[in-house]
Amino acid sequence: MEILLAILVGILYTAGVYMILRRSIVKFIIGIIFLSNATNLLVFLASGVVSGKPVFVGEEPANASQMADPLPQALVLTAIVIGFGIVVFTLALKYKFFELTGTDDLDQLKKTDN
Amino acid sequence: MNSVILQIAARYIKALLVLFAMIALLRGHNYPGGGFIGGLLAALSVIYYGFAFNVRQVREKLKVNPATYIAIGLFLVVLSFIPSILNQLELMQGVWLKVQIPVLGELKLGTPFLFDMGVFLTVIGVTFLFFFSLTKVE
Amino acid sequence: MTITALPILIPFVLIIILIISRSLVFSKITSIVGSFGLLILSMIIFYKVNKLGFLVLNMAGWKSPYGITLVIDFMSSLMLMVSSVIVFAIAIYAYRSLNEEKQVTKFYVFFFSLIMGVNGAFITGDVFNLYVWFEVMLISSFVLITFGKSKEQLEGGIKYLALNLLGSLFFLAGLGLLYGKTGTLNMAHLADILRNDHQAILMNTSAILFFIAFGIKAAVFPLFFWLPASYHTANITISSLFAGLLTKVGVYAFIRFFTLFFVHDQAFWHQFLLIIAGFTMIIGGMSASVHYDTRKILSYHIISQIGYMIMGLGIYTPLAIAGAIFFTIHNMIAKTNTFIVAGLIYKLKGSFYLKDVGGIIKQNPVLAILFVIPAFALAGVPPISGFFAKFILIKASIDDSHFVIAIIAVLTALLTLYSMIKIWNEAFLKKQPDNEFSGQNTSLSFLDMLPSIILGTISILMGIFAFKVFDFTMQAADQLIEGTSYINNVLNR
Repeated sequence: MEILLAILVGILYTAGVYMILRRSIVKFIIGIIFLSNATNLLVFLASGVVSGKPVFVGEEPANASQMADPLPQALVLTAIVIGFGIVVFTLALKYKFFELTGTDDLDQLKKTDN
Repeated sequence: MNSVILQIAARYIKALLVLFAMIALLRGHNYPGGGFIGGLLAALSVIYYGFAFNVRQVREKLKVNPATYIAIGLFLVVLSFIPSILNQLELMQGVWLKVQIPVLGELKLGTPFLFDMGVFLTVIGVTFLFFFSLTKVE
Repeated sequence: MTITALPILIPFVLIIILIISRSLVFSKITSIVGSFGLLILSMIIFYKVNKLGFLVLNMAGWKSPYGITLVIDFMSSLMLMVSSVIVFAIAIYAYRSLNEEKQVTKFYVFFFSLIMGVNGAFITGDVFNLYVWFEVMLISSFVLITFGKSKEQLEGGIKYLALNLLGSLFFLAGLGLLYGKTGTLNMAHLADILRNDHQAILMNTSAILFFIAFGIKAAVFPLFFWLPASYHTANITISSLFAGLLTKVGVYAFIRFFTLFFVHDQAFWHQFLLIIAGFTMIIGGMSASVHYDTRKILSYHIISQIGYMIMGLGIYTPLAIAGAIFFTIHNMIAKTNTFIVAGLIYKLKGSFYLKDVGGIIKQNPVLAILFVIPAFALAGVPPISGFFAKFILIKASIDDSHFVIAIIAVLTALLTLYSMIKIWNEAFLKKQPDNEFSGQNTSLSFLDMLPSIILGTISILMGIFAFKVFDFTMQAADQLIEGTSYINNVLNR
């Protein structure tokens, strides 16, 4: 399970980095979504995966170490909520920017650099 | 979008989603669910309706400004802090009130529920705000 | 102790009031009264911390390593106080400067949610909670930086958002790995584990991820590009708020993490931080000197002065850490003040571009004095706060025989002085050139200049009573380096 998830994290990071290096803003946003999901999975994975033994639900097993750790789940849930908010804001920003300039090209964003 | 199937489905699904949202909100203390998920489900019912019919109409029918939902929600959150402060407990510590209801038995009301209710309303407000600003109605 | 949570709760309540407020004047007055309340609160907290050493609050009664803990130690209380001063000044400044834009009432909602994030970041004792406050701060700053919705602002906003978003992802990844390795995210518990356990190689993966995350927030050398690309596009009121607060929260997190629990492998990290600090100072200072837009010069100066703070952390003696904290609080006040003065120049003349303006010394001598105070403070001219901050840092580096960084620090001070003299010459001394801005004859009222007067007075007082401020920062630095009292107080031993 860990190996599979680790490979998935790797794939998501690769895809995310590839996408944020593209010229289109929409693709950039897709890249951000990939990266944030990869990071959420990484947090979840790094703190150990226990399958089929949720805490607080059903009967408690005798040994606490057999249960899944609830904290990373809470962390990831919070991170997902934050990510949700940020992605929506990015979309709204892109929308507004497109309305004003009519371009989706990141190479056009050179006016404020110097 | 003008699909008859979607429009008829929206009428029934709206009620189901609100019911489901309430269940998720109420069981949230000990089981999967809670204010955030409940809020998303409740907001979804309106958003679904908006997709099926007309976003502008939905916005007009809603009457209440999304920001008001957020304000009420945040106010409930602050309200849920007050009992713990008055009882000299640590901030946000749960305070429970037991109410006897004649037929149904004992009902336990606590500040965590008030907090969840606040989250519920805030999430509804925020999701409406997202939806209406992305569909250019606001 | 509920008072520990009040720096978060007061902005929270203010947000609720401001969301439903329809009247602009009401919002403005609420914000001024509210920020004054925050200032008083931060002073009470400072007094209490001075007496007790630590204020600890276990949220919802969960004991320390398990629940979320709010901890105010000496450094947090100092930072809280300085940020409250800035917030108060900006609230007064916004009273006069924000009028034309649409939806100004919305500005105040996000203004206070930004402050909630900043205060939360200063007082939390939990790494994940810090992440959440960073996000609160970031999301509000995203909204604020694109506030006027002009083309430039949206463009700057996209750049700001892109890099800061990546920064938060690095933060989250580092935090996940840290949790995987130690099984805790409570800072005191982490310190307890990591100070007694030296698995340096494993820890470095987390530490470097945190370095990148905070480096992006604090705008240190290879990671600062978002700052000069976006700060000058925002409304000047918002830029002055950001200049004073945002990057310094990154610096605060740096100092907190690298003194409290990333204390392994010191030979590598301190060398590394010093190199980064040197580059940050020199490149920021040099880039500033080629620009002619006031806001750009000041933006690059933010970067060069972040270098000093990181330098203090890199030297890592109590004196150097005290210097870094002294520099941070001095810089927060002086930097906000220079941005406010730049806004006043704009109000007077209608342009931020130095070639367009001139002759202010004749037109408004008071403004000239108001500019000189923070400019001298930044450059490090003796009677004002900046001199002592730089002096402490340079003395600490020479004491610890880091001569190269001392030379760089002195050179950067000269570069700063050069840029400040450039603004002085161009905007104040030079005759007003004949152009469309020469006809401008707005006058500034006392209320316009009041925030700058407040901040300038504090800068001067910090210079005159430097020994007193130094005592406080020294106490904060001792507390940080020693660490055991933090651990014992939070974990309740």
